[in-house]
Parts: sequence; C-alpha cells; structure tokens
Amino acid sequence: MAERDSAPRVAERDSAPGAAELRAYRALLGAQARSQAAYRTSFVVDLVGNVGATVFDVVTVLVIFGVTRELGGFTLRETLVVVGLSACGFATADLLVGNIERLPRYVRTGLFDAVLVRPLGALPQLLLMDLPLRKLSRAVFGLAVLLFALVSAGIDWTPGRVALAVVAPLAAVVFFASVFVLTATVSFYWVDSGELANSVTYGGRDFTSYPVTVYGGWFRALFAYGMGFAFVSYHPALALLGRADPLGLPPWAGWAAPGVAVVAAALAALAWRVGVRHYRSTGS
Amino acid sequence: MSVIEMDGLRKEFTVRVRAGRLRREKRTVTAVDGVDLRVERGEMLGYIGPNGAGKSTTLKMLTGVLTPSSGRARVCGLRPVADRTRLALRIGVVFGQRSQLWWDLPLRDSFDLLRHVYRVPAGEHAARLARCRDLLDLDGFLDTPVRQLSLGQRMRGELTAALLHGPEVLFLDEPTIGLDVVSKQAVRGFLAELGRAGDTTLVLTTHDLADIERLCRRLVVIDHGRVVHDGSIAELHRRYGSRRMVVAELDAALPEPPVLPGAPVQRVEADGRRLVFALERASVAEVVAGLAGLATLRDISIVEPDIEEVVARLYRAPAAVTGAP
Repeated sequence: MAERDSAPRVAERDSAPGAAELRAYRALLGAQARSQAAYRTSFVVDLVGNVGATVFDVVTVLVIFGVTRELGGFTLRETLVVVGLSACGFATADLLVGNIERLPRYVRTGLFDAVLVRPLGALPQLLLMDLPLRKLSRAVFGLAVLLFALVSAGIDWTPGRVALAVVAPLAAVVFFASVFVLTATVSFYWVDSGELANSVTYGGRDFTSYPVTVYGGWFRALFAYGMGFAFVSYHPALALLGRADPLGLPPWAGWAAPGVAVVAAALAALAWRVGVRHYRSTGS
Repeated sequence: MSVIEMDGLRKEFTVRVRAGRLRREKRTVTAVDGVDLRVERGEMLGYIGPNGAGKSTTLKMLTGVLTPSSGRARVCGLRPVADRTRLALRIGVVFGQRSQLWWDLPLRDSFDLLRHVYRVPAGEHAARLARCRDLLDLDGFLDTPVRQLSLGQRMRGELTAALLHGPEVLFLDEPTIGLDVVSKQAVRGFLAELGRAGDTTLVLTTHDLADIERLCRRLVVIDHGRVVHDGSIAELHRRYGSRRMVVAELDAALPEPPVLPGAPVQRVEADGRRLVFALERASVAEVVAGLAGLATLRDISIVEPDIEEVVARLYRAPAAVTGAP
C-alpha cells in the first residue's frame, strides 16, 4: 500500500540520477563560494597569507643548499623536482580534502547529522560545504614550483616521462587526500586523535619534501615504505630524472605511484564507510 | 504495510569511564532497549520521555544517522542505514538543535539549494514553497541571512526546508524547544494543518506536552529505552489515575478545609479563599452542592487532567509501569 502510493512521488524526480547528483554537488560548491564572498576582505587576506607555508618549505630547501652542494646524493635542481611534486600534491589535496580534519567539529555542531539525512554522499557534501577556497593560492604556488623544477632539471623528455610528469602529481594528490581521510576517520573512534593525525599528515608532507636517502633506519622504512610516502615524490622524481635508486629499488618503482595512490584511496574509502557505520552522533 | 516498523530495536553505546589514574573501564549504556512499534500512514505520533530516555537515538536510527546494535527498522519499506540516500528522498527531518540551512546565505538560497539536493522539479518546489510562505509567514525574512534570524524564524525556515521535497514521513526532534509563545503556536498550527491533510506521517519528540495535546492522538512514552505507554492521551489518564479538578473560589476563607466524600482537597490557595478538589468518585454537582452548604461560592471552574503531571508520575515510577500491558 505504502509502496504503491509512494512510487509516483519518486518517479517524478529527474530520470538521470547521476547528472542530477552532479548538479546538486555543483550547487553546494556554489553556495560555499557565495558564503565565503560574504567575508570578502578576510578572504583576500587569507588567500595571500596561505601562500606563506608553502613558500617557507621551498625557502628551507634553498637555505639547506646554501650550505651544502648535495643533499642525500641529490643536487638542488634534482631535489626541487622532489619538492615540487610534494608541494603540488599536498597543497592541492589540502585544498580539496584537507578540511575533513575538522570532522570532530562537524560532529559537534551537528553538521554531520544534517548531511546524513540528505540524499547525497556524506563525504562529498562535507568537502564541498566547507571547501577552503583561500587555499587555492597555495595549490597554484605548488604547481608553479613543480613546473619550474621540471623545466630547470634538465630532464631527458621521452613520451613516457611526459606521461609520468602528468600522472605523478595527480597520484600525489590522491595519496595525500587518502591520508587526510584516513586520519580523520580515526576521530570517529577516538575523539582526541588530532595530534596523531597531524603527525602523520604534516609529517608525511615534510618527509616527501626531501629525497628519502636523507632519512635513516626504521623511520625511513616506516614512512617511505610502510606508509608509502616514498612513492609520492621520491621514486617518481628518480624516474623523471633517469637516476637509479641509491637504495636499490628497480627503475619502475617511479611508475608505481598511481598504483600506490589507488590502494591508499581504496583503504581510505573503506575506512570511511566503516567509520560512518560506527558514528555515535552527539546527545539530543 | 506500516510506514514505520521497529522490531526489537536496540542501540548500545560503549562508554569509557575513568577508573583510577590510568585505567579506564568500558561500560555499556543501552540507549534504546528493544522497541517494537508500528506507525501507519497519516498517523501523528508523539514520542516522549525524560532526558536520556532514548527518543533522539530512536529517531536517529530511523533516519539512517545511527546504525542499530540489533533489531530491525523499516521506514517506507527501506532499511534506514543501508538505503540511506534513497530513504532521504522520502523523509523530512527537523532536529531542533541542528540546522539544514546555510548560515551565511539568505534563507531563500537555502531553499533553492535544497531543491537541487533533493532533485525536485521546479514547479513542485515553487508550489510547496508558496504554501509554506503563506502558512508560516516567511515573507518578512526570506532575504535575511540565516545567521541573523531569530530562533522562531529559523525554526519556521527549518520546517519549510524539511517539507520542500514532499516527504511521506516527517521526523521532528524537539521542534518547539526554546521558542517563544507566538512561534510555538505558529509551528503547532502549521503541523496541525499538515496532519489534517492526512498523507504525511508525523513523528514528534518533545519536552513540551502542549505540543502533544495539540497535535497527536497517539502517544508513546519511553523511559530507559523501553516503551512504557502506547495509546491515546485519554488512555494514559485512565491508566494512571489522573483526575479532573474542581477549583472553587470562596467569598471568605473557611476555618478549616472541608471534607467532601469522594473529593479530597488537593490544594488550598489565596489564604484559604481558593480550594482545589480532586474528583475521585464524586461528581462536579456533588462537590458544588456540598460546598454550597458551607460557604458562599464566588466561582467554580473545572480543570482537565494535566498530562504533564501524569507523565511526571510515570517517570518517577518506571518499575511500576513497565509490567503494565
């Protein structure tokens, strides 16, 4: 009885749900842009201020090369490719997905409950409703560093390397985005997980800003291969530069970046699903 | 098929309690403890209980926000968690302490966004919005950013937001909390109107029993996660012996409260010039006749049983009522 009555109500809606959903997400993005435009002055200040952190990362590398000619066996121009891949990947992921680290706040303010009762995915809604457009400047700067590094590193361009130069930054974005989602998901279970999450996310960013040869022992093993951060910038950079890995991994390791990113994304998606099922909401 | 079905619905939370300096003990708290309920199409159900009784938790399980620990829930024939996005198209939710509106944008923009979110054809959307504007008197603040609205205005906006996609079931969690009298009346009047139309099922949790008296023929009381009453308000009074009262205003106070058979004095007010009798076995006429012989009556009024009192009594003695049929 209820089924029969309700059938026409559902059928009235758009016939192509995929397109309609995309329109819905676009509307959410537009609303976020308009909301931020309500605070125009502070937005411009934020836009400029946000370049700071990434500039600082690059300056740090330049300062180091002021006192040494090589870093872990790599020259400045070579290291800049590593820095560029890392900065571009991290800043873009931070722009698109970074605000998911505010998940505990979304839970506290009830926004998470609100998105769960709407007919759209919870994660894309949260990301679009709180997209930090001021971080756009950082992503653009990261891309600029990467382009400069690729041009000045004297790369012997082959069709394969051109493809890798496009795919590797994208894989870095996906990888960092997955790290953001994975660490945020921990807060479903453990509310005070913020510091640990930051040490993985921002520690990972710093780790990928240098050739992994500068690190040693268990620390390198854990971050580089245990968590996969070596495939974000170090191995793709080796493949682009045509250098053999001093640590002995085969040359194709640089091409593993997209695969590692896909695995990370799958893990993050799974963790998110399980996390939402364990979500406890707040009182009242 | 019922619009809402709950069978043995349970939700447990594990809480870590500090036990000693470093040790933490796990404790299980059962928020909803085996609720069985059927709600039919067009019913208006009042779902009440003291703080922490499990009202909101039940609503969150029915709307797909929380995953039940065990038991079964169906809303519109769908599984709330597994079919969450499909169910969302067919239900409306108003959480009194949560907002569906965009804080920094004019109220009108939120409605337009929700049209996209719920994929509602423009004509349908416009018709429903026009009706809400009329009934809830929204025109004065449609262009005001939501953050500048009063609570009453915002709640009227929330109600509209929840109804623009024409939901079959409307869940309301404390829709009148914190509202002034005028806004409360506006919200109640609107919901009553919605109920009269008859095709929207309404489930309402509230602290304000006037909401229930005004709107709901069926009342479910839960306490400690269990249903302790399911029936009409009249049945509740009958079962828990709530009585009508007779209030007598006298010209002058009596030296001592009168003893009338079957109608004990409940309260003495206004220096003895106002007496309140509970009607146990006596009728109103008997009380009036009995009093007329003792004093000069200025006024007589009859007070219907106060549901608040009944429910308060119910909460205080949960053990006594859980066994009742």
